[in-house]
Amino acid sequence: MKAKKSIGRIIFEIFNTVLMILMVLISIYPIWYTLIASVSDSDSLMRLGGGMLWLPVNFNLTAYQKAFANSSIATGYMNTLFVVVSGVFFSMLFSTIGAYFLSRENVMFQRQITFFIIFTMWFSGGLIPFYIAVRDAGMLNSRLSLIIPSLISTFNMIILRTAFAAVPSSLSESAVIDGAGHLTVLFRIMIPLSGATLAVIGLYYGVSYWNAWFNASIFLQSAVNKWPLQLVLRQILIVNDTSSMTSNLSAGDQEKVGESIQYAVIIIATLPILFIYPFIQKYFVSGVMVGAVKG
Amino acid sequence: MITQQNTRLRYKERVRKDFQKNFSLYLLMLPVILFYLYFHYKPMYGLIMAFQNYNVRTGILGSQLVGLKNFVRFFADPYFKRNIVNTINISLANIVFGFPAPLILALLINELQKKWFVKTVQTISYMPHFISLVVICSMVRNFLQPDGLINAFLSGGKATESMLNNAGLFVPIYVLSDIWQEVGFGSIIYIAALSGIDVELYEAAKIDGAGRIRQTWNITLPCLMPTVIVLLILRLGNVLTVGYEKIILLTNPFNAETSEVLSYYIYQKGILSADYGLATAAGLFNSFINCFFVIAANKISRGVSGLSLW
Repeated sequence: MKAKKSIGRIIFEIFNTVLMILMVLISIYPIWYTLIASVSDSDSLMRLGGGMLWLPVNFNLTAYQKAFANSSIATGYMNTLFVVVSGVFFSMLFSTIGAYFLSRENVMFQRQITFFIIFTMWFSGGLIPFYIAVRDAGMLNSRLSLIIPSLISTFNMIILRTAFAAVPSSLSESAVIDGAGHLTVLFRIMIPLSGATLAVIGLYYGVSYWNAWFNASIFLQSAVNKWPLQLVLRQILIVNDTSSMTSNLSAGDQEKVGESIQYAVIIIATLPILFIYPFIQKYFVSGVMVGAVKG
Repeated sequence: MITQQNTRLRYKERVRKDFQKNFSLYLLMLPVILFYLYFHYKPMYGLIMAFQNYNVRTGILGSQLVGLKNFVRFFADPYFKRNIVNTINISLANIVFGFPAPLILALLINELQKKWFVKTVQTISYMPHFISLVVICSMVRNFLQPDGLINAFLSGGKATESMLNNAGLFVPIYVLSDIWQEVGFGSIIYIAALSGIDVELYEAAKIDGAGRIRQTWNITLPCLMPTVIVLLILRLGNVLTVGYEKIILLTNPFNAETSEVLSYYIYQKGILSADYGLATAAGLFNSFINCFFVIAANKISRGVSGLSLW
């Protein structure tokens, strides 16, 4: 089977391998650098004045102590955990029900309702009318505004529908003949047979709730104690940063001390995702594939 | 006449039967439908605000219609032209450089021989996709500071201010950080399409004496074309859309002249200044342009390659 490789081919393969190694390094180094900088001594970091870092200089964890001592980070963490757990639960519940409905055949208004839902992927009212709708629902400054307005992602629901539609219809038909209702078919047949896709969608929802910050920034403007972690981060890392930058450099010294704390905060907010990522990565991929097949 | 009545009767009968049979299914679906009605269709109805002098107290029904006044104000805004130009600049740069990147990565990954190496490259290059935008933008900010990783490296430590303050660099910063975050994940769809290509095609080509380059040119690329075209049309449809989230996180007074885009304007006018009518009008304008571009891209693609979304 193995044919002899031409010289051009060998050169290409070496070049390609080197390029891919470079690609891997570029993907991971910024994260590695952040991790290293967060456990390094601020003064030593400053003396280096940038430049590549491979290992921590004067390893210490004071940045983390200081970060955790900041009460808004702790509160943000709890708020995010609450939103992720309850958000994933309710999003999964309603997406599953919706996907089950869309996957049924012989339901009279199914086609119209499918169109009613898909249409929203193509046309939307935009940011301001959406904001007004949430405000009219009385959800401003309530935690509900982080979950209910973004409860169902149409894209995720369509992926789930594809998985349900792939379950042989003979299974649900025979269950119906045996007297099973829709709930039984859904929970006893569809859900157990679509485990992998359900896991992917659950993870998609989890990541999006974990990373969300924008809705909180417009809906929770005067409820700082309900802010999720990402919004707290933005306040610490970006908004404050900008204000110190636009004033003058007198606060420079303080800023330097803060640098490793900034990196520590970034790591705190990213670690849960980095930690579970390797284990769930293969599911993510299959989820995208299902979506891709449907196109 | 009689048959018409008959069909109507039969239709009513069918509806009744359907509801009888599937009542529990419709009941289950009700919350989902209400969700779409309230959070998707109510905002569409809210687009009426674009033609109103919207009054927060009285709502849409009690607000006065003002015709196209909001649109006139939007077009007359001194920053209108700048915002449109910035949006198109960022978006086109993102398409020209960001669109081919995942395709090229997928082709290169496809050429790798060792299974474990392929896995490693994929696992690591997908990772940035899952990191939050706030974190990515914070890293970009820190690395571009005078003593930050990238700025210190490029300037040899002589920089005195953040590269983000340089308006001329905003588009490359935006596009490169986007590619960094999304290139791996974007390649998945092409890798899926590549694995779907029939191996026999390659074998037949080999027998006919086609080399690797010819095989890529004459088999791989044509087989990928439908995927590429669909993604490109979808992308072109968004040519006037640059998401506000990343702009909000990266913009500052020094780079505003190149960083402020249409969606940021909508955010600023609508959310920060509560000028709802104007912001809604700007959003509606944006949606219409997008629709126009999707239709145009689809037409062109059908004319040129025979491939289209519909």
